[in-house]
Amino acid sequence: MTESILKKAYSGNRISGEEALKLYENADLLSLGVYADLINKKKNNDNVVTFVIDRNINYTNICVSGCRFCAFYKKPEESGGYWITEKELEEKIKETKQLKGTQILLQGGLHPDKSLEDYVALLKYMKSNFDIHIHGFSPPEIFYISEIEGISIDDVLNTLINAGLGSIPGGGAEILVNEIREKVSPDKCNADQWLYVMERAHNLGLKTTATMMFGHIEKQEHIIEHMERLREVQDKTGGFTAFIPWTFQPSNTDLSSKTATAAEYLRVLALSRIFLDNFRNIQASWVTQGSKIAQTALFFGANDLGSTMIEENVVKAADVDFRMPVEEMIRLITSAGYEAWQRDCFYNRIRQAD
Amino acid sequence: MEPVFSDNNLEKIYEKVINNKRLDFEDGLILYNTKDLMGAARIAQYKRKKLHGNSSFFIYNQHLNYTNICRNRCLFCAYAVDYCTKDSYQYSMEDVEEEILEKTNEPVKEIHMVGGLNETLPYGYYIDLLKTIKKVRPDAVIKAFTAVEIDHLSKISGKSIEHVISELKDNGLEMMPGGGAEVLSDRVHKKLFPKKINKDRWLEIIEKVHNYGIKTNCTMLYGHIESIEERLDHFIYLRELQDRTNGFTAFIPLAFHSKNTKLSHIKETAAVDDLKTIIVSRLMLDNIDHIKAYWVMLGEKLAQTALHFGADDLDGTILKEKITHSAGAKSAVGHAKETMIRLIKNAGMDPVERDAFYNRVKEN
Repeated sequence: MTESILKKAYSGNRISGEEALKLYENADLLSLGVYADLINKKKNNDNVVTFVIDRNINYTNICVSGCRFCAFYKKPEESGGYWITEKELEEKIKETKQLKGTQILLQGGLHPDKSLEDYVALLKYMKSNFDIHIHGFSPPEIFYISEIEGISIDDVLNTLINAGLGSIPGGGAEILVNEIREKVSPDKCNADQWLYVMERAHNLGLKTTATMMFGHIEKQEHIIEHMERLREVQDKTGGFTAFIPWTFQPSNTDLSSKTATAAEYLRVLALSRIFLDNFRNIQASWVTQGSKIAQTALFFGANDLGSTMIEENVVKAADVDFRMPVEEMIRLITSAGYEAWQRDCFYNRIRQAD
Repeated sequence: MEPVFSDNNLEKIYEKVINNKRLDFEDGLILYNTKDLMGAARIAQYKRKKLHGNSSFFIYNQHLNYTNICRNRCLFCAYAVDYCTKDSYQYSMEDVEEEILEKTNEPVKEIHMVGGLNETLPYGYYIDLLKTIKKVRPDAVIKAFTAVEIDHLSKISGKSIEHVISELKDNGLEMMPGGGAEVLSDRVHKKLFPKKINKDRWLEIIEKVHNYGIKTNCTMLYGHIESIEERLDHFIYLRELQDRTNGFTAFIPLAFHSKNTKLSHIKETAAVDDLKTIIVSRLMLDNIDHIKAYWVMLGEKLAQTALHFGADDLDGTILKEKITHSAGAKSAVGHAKETMIRLIKNAGMDPVERDAFYNRVKEN
């Protein structure tokens, strides 16, 4: 039964959520991997794996959201909160440019005392001083700003675009099922709002990625529902550049569950490649899986290894290894038998790494 | 399900495997060199499932390293030190007793014990080691000493290999691990471990051990200076010996860790190489029952994944690993039984707790 579903997907026919759930429940890991690999290589058949050199800048750690899986945030009244200064921004961006970085991943908490003007100032400062792409904010941040300002999502997006925002990362998606979000991130925008922000962004010409954080309290059907909803939006807009599943990291957080094991990660990754027929790129998460499973993921449907992460604070706060020098990234790709290419935010290849 | 291969060369290998035909050196090369990792995994997994179905084995075991003093000083080792240096140690019988006693409330089924060639320790010390462990932990199988140590014992006692084995057996030795083989190649031996016994001697001793009725494992330390061809020769030496004795229980590929060794410039093995080594060993070693994904060296994540690439065993709880951790291993030093079970179950496999000889341990 699972065999025929896999073959159906491989022959280019879309599989339903129900069929995906059958695969999730019954197919063995290797079969999923084999077909994810075949489908990936049919779609991206030039033996290339890409990566991006960028820096993750977290403009603030102050956040009213209080998500239970997060080890990074500070409550507004708590000590240790910060808002990034222009001097810090300048240093970080200079360093990024020196390291051949092409973009800044700009994200932060939901800060209650900041207004749209503050975000515009951040973007304008960066764009007027540096030639760099800004992959910034996420739907929860956009949504929160629209609430604080009392203006529409479109108005927020247009203002940020005019100030220099180049694309939006797909963070804050967690699991796009409200009953799960109510438990793990109750004060963050809900599933419909998340998807709405992305759809509007796509319509206004911004590309975005989509993520999924799993391995906490969700069930298999929630993971399928998450992917189904992404696939629907993608059918309408074509605005998602990549899907990035990653696993919840439990240390220093309120959720006492255990991390998903590598087999569970690879299973979901392979399933996403098989199910998301309208996504070109599936990104492996070395940050949560480590380099060995990230390399293995290149045979379970992934064709991209994401960022070298010159700086990453959020996952680091949960005690996970967080930086990968470019040479190590290249070695990871080439020792798996692929060509390594540095890409930009839109998955355009910039140069082959040597 | 029917395999789909993107590398046509794999088809004839698959044919051979389903028809129980032995793979040759050239087949091994094709498997190591193919870009179709998943196709090769399919073939290995076919073989693995034919032998063991969905069963994945683990053991409640305890490691004990009686000394880190060693005269061999192999270039790939971060564990050995000289006598009377800062970090050197050798266990007294009280130390051994204490370490074993610490875990007597746990259902340990096997004590895995290896050490260095410490010239200050007399032959009687080794006999005492076995006696002490047997006294404190009579219910656990003692799996101890590699061919390297057996050779050393024969030299220091002036007794024949057979004599040494028989005395060790009389005092409680029931099984031997597979270490010390490294890579069965005279070239690699000369470059990396010239003071240690060579290929011919290792094979000779193990054959005698098997003929004496003691089962052993076998290993290969890979990912340093050896070539793919040397690895395949290694498999073929092991396979030929196994044809004669049937004394090998499991093969354990050991991924080299370079930190703190004289070869620290060598990078960590690639996951693809680790997985291919599991695949190729499963298929080349057609007469060895078990292929172990040793989590200490592969890391828990890749070891778990390897259960789908031909491996059927995760080793065990270990409780306190020292040797690979001195070379920078990032895995835990030991695991609870529940963790072993969880890793196996989450891989979609059926956990089977085993004893040293791969007999199923009855549920309490």
